[in-house]
Amino acid sequence: MAYTLDRTYEERLMRFRSQRFGMYLAMAGIVMLFAALTSAYIVRRSAGNWLEFTLPTIFYWNTLVILTSSVTLHLSWTSFKRGLQSQYRIFLIATFVLGLLFLVMQYLGWQQMTAEGLYLQVNPSASFIYVISGVHAAHIIGGVGALIVAIAHAIKLKFKVTSIRKHRFELVVIYWHFVDLLWLYLLVFFIFI
Amino acid sequence: MASIDIIREEELHDGHDEHHHHDDHHDDHHGDKYQSNFITTYIFSTDHKMIAKQFLITGMFWAIIGALMSLVFRLQLGFPEENMAWLKPILGKWITVTDGVGTLDPEFYYALVTMHGTILVFFVLTAGLSGTFSNLLIPLQIGARDMASGFLNMLSYWFFFLAGAVMFASLFLSTGPFAGGWTAYPPLSALPQAMSGSGAGMTLWSVSLVFFVVSVLLGGMNYITTVLNLRTKGMTMWRLPLTIWAFLVTAILGLLSFPVLVSAIFLLIFDRSMGTSFFLSEIFIQGQALENVGGSPILYQHLFWFLGHPEVYIIIVPAFGIVSEVMSVHARKPIFGYKAMVLSILAIAILAFIVWAHHMFMSGVNPFIANIFVLFTLIIAVPSAVKVFNWIATLWGGNIRFNTAMLFSIGFVSLFISGGLTGIFLGNSAIDIQLHDTYFVVAHFHIVMGIAAFFGMYAGVYHWFPRMYGRFMNETLGKIHFWGTIIGAYAIFWPMHYMGMAGVPRRYYRFDNFEAFSHFTAMNQFITVAAIIVFSLQVLMVINFFYSIFYGKKQTELNPYNANTLEWTVPIGAGHGNWPGAIPHVHRWAYDYSKGGRNIHQTEPLSPGEQDMGNDHH
Repeated sequence: MAYTLDRTYEERLMRFRSQRFGMYLAMAGIVMLFAALTSAYIVRRSAGNWLEFTLPTIFYWNTLVILTSSVTLHLSWTSFKRGLQSQYRIFLIATFVLGLLFLVMQYLGWQQMTAEGLYLQVNPSASFIYVISGVHAAHIIGGVGALIVAIAHAIKLKFKVTSIRKHRFELVVIYWHFVDLLWLYLLVFFIFI
Repeated sequence: MASIDIIREEELHDGHDEHHHHDDHHDDHHGDKYQSNFITTYIFSTDHKMIAKQFLITGMFWAIIGALMSLVFRLQLGFPEENMAWLKPILGKWITVTDGVGTLDPEFYYALVTMHGTILVFFVLTAGLSGTFSNLLIPLQIGARDMASGFLNMLSYWFFFLAGAVMFASLFLSTGPFAGGWTAYPPLSALPQAMSGSGAGMTLWSVSLVFFVVSVLLGGMNYITTVLNLRTKGMTMWRLPLTIWAFLVTAILGLLSFPVLVSAIFLLIFDRSMGTSFFLSEIFIQGQALENVGGSPILYQHLFWFLGHPEVYIIIVPAFGIVSEVMSVHARKPIFGYKAMVLSILAIAILAFIVWAHHMFMSGVNPFIANIFVLFTLIIAVPSAVKVFNWIATLWGGNIRFNTAMLFSIGFVSLFISGGLTGIFLGNSAIDIQLHDTYFVVAHFHIVMGIAAFFGMYAGVYHWFPRMYGRFMNETLGKIHFWGTIIGAYAIFWPMHYMGMAGVPRRYYRFDNFEAFSHFTAMNQFITVAAIIVFSLQVLMVINFFYSIFYGKKQTELNPYNANTLEWTVPIGAGHGNWPGAIPHVHRWAYDYSKGGRNIHQTEPLSPGEQDMGNDHH
């Protein structure tokens, strides 16, 4: 008898289901990355010589953008499950646009900081904002990449609600909500700590 | 399952993009299409068995490089007056020849020490040990056809390869590789102008380590997901072999600690190239005051050791698992205290995250906070002692086969005791005032996580070599390897304890100009000679390894050790997918050796009324 990787459909489905668990693990790793960065922020702040300043206002508007993108992605997800093809596509593309908008506005936020004289090198308090929001933006770029793949699937493949496709799309949805929540955490952290 | 059958037909045409999923399940008669040519079988393989071999052989390559480096600096330490001109063809400008006498460049000496540490800790004992055996054994022992994602698993190896390639390139820089110690503390790592290796050498070091962390995370995610989701029917958590428990805990440790190292490296990169001051403050370099104000080098140490301490368990825990399994098989006895073994691994893993500051007792940590870290550090002795007790109790009264794998397992326990005991001294912040940064520390960690982890790895290689290559390694050469290595390793590291107690500092280029340490000259020479002998024995092992791949004694029986675990139900030379038919189901734990006078395989159902570790009712 020959060797095959997934002998039965159940084996293949089990492998797909396990990928959602793998996504949770990846999120745990990312949480540790930001836990390290934000705790470094706290430790460094308590050591003194810390320049206090107010966050650029764009960051607040941008929070609205990323929260909206989660709403549109959720609508896309529920539309997909209900078999509503056009709404699924439209909301997915809307999410992608909002994701791009978030990146652009983060960049404008950094420019606003620089315009106020808060250069990267001025004080660790400013450096931390740039680095932490920059590392977060890198994770948004990853999410935008995943959205591009999801859009390609939505447009190219014949529309069908299958469990394997659901699992695949779900991975994108989970990750996007995660990086959204991550930004919310960072914003609250920057405001109150 | 009805709903699955409905969607089943549709999904066959789903155009899914992962290569190995192309074989559709409705057709059992063709093999793995992806693994069909030389490149996809041997290079970009997604088969965990092949990836395991890739990790092992790459790890061996790095072990040889790292060990050769240690020989060069041991020659310097043992024989600082000797002529090293003969090394000039290899080391080039790092050997300065004056009046026909060659001397090793002091900066390069530091580079060698740094690279030796980096290579051995990350490339050999993390990737080479956990990468090899997690890949080989997790799917085989839990009854899975492969990892959850063969593709990410392949990427994990290739990111490791990339990390190695970048680090290897740094060895050939005209300014030399990074030379500020494997821990890469700022300011030496943060200021490109600090020393010659701090420029391009450090840049490549940080790039390499980021790639390496990607490799560890991709691998770790796969290992955890696979163990928790893809176990065969009947393989409950309490029926897992201890190897699998060990790899699972190792992967969790890596997943939670390596991202912290990445955060430290990110901040370091910003300090190096963007002018930030995360880790730098009020520094004068070559008489020049730098602008950096307000940074804290201690902050880096906290971030580094938050990874660094779990890292030593990432290295040693897989060895725990391998030794437990090999011992039980070759003592023909159930492992003593199975659940205590699992719980002690878990306890060690939890404690691993709250002891990091014991690496920083002399860095200006508040002594009251240090006391808390002393306490947690010393508590690690408890689960460690439980493990040692259980290993000895497993051997007790066993019908022991003294083959090479078993010898290395017993040797591991010896080393773990010797090296562990000195850890109790070093864990005390008061004694650390005398012992920190001395050869006592060098002796401690080399024995307990260097040599011991190597012994675990060797036990695994000799034991599972037939599972990898369908042949056995030569036992006579193996025994020479074992006895030479255990005696030689103690000969190298035992004397270092005395040097450390006398205050001889580590990382120094030479000692003969210190009056206080002059009486250690002969001891240093002895250590160097022992190191050369031990190295040549490892070369013997490598020769044995490659010779045996092609000419070793053939494996004729499917289960040559009469072991109970699932990896021995897989046909010799199995293809991608491991079992040509259905995956076997499991009915009992892995350690029913000599039960009622016979050996009961995991696949054998429980007899009526028989109790089992994995049963719900006990």
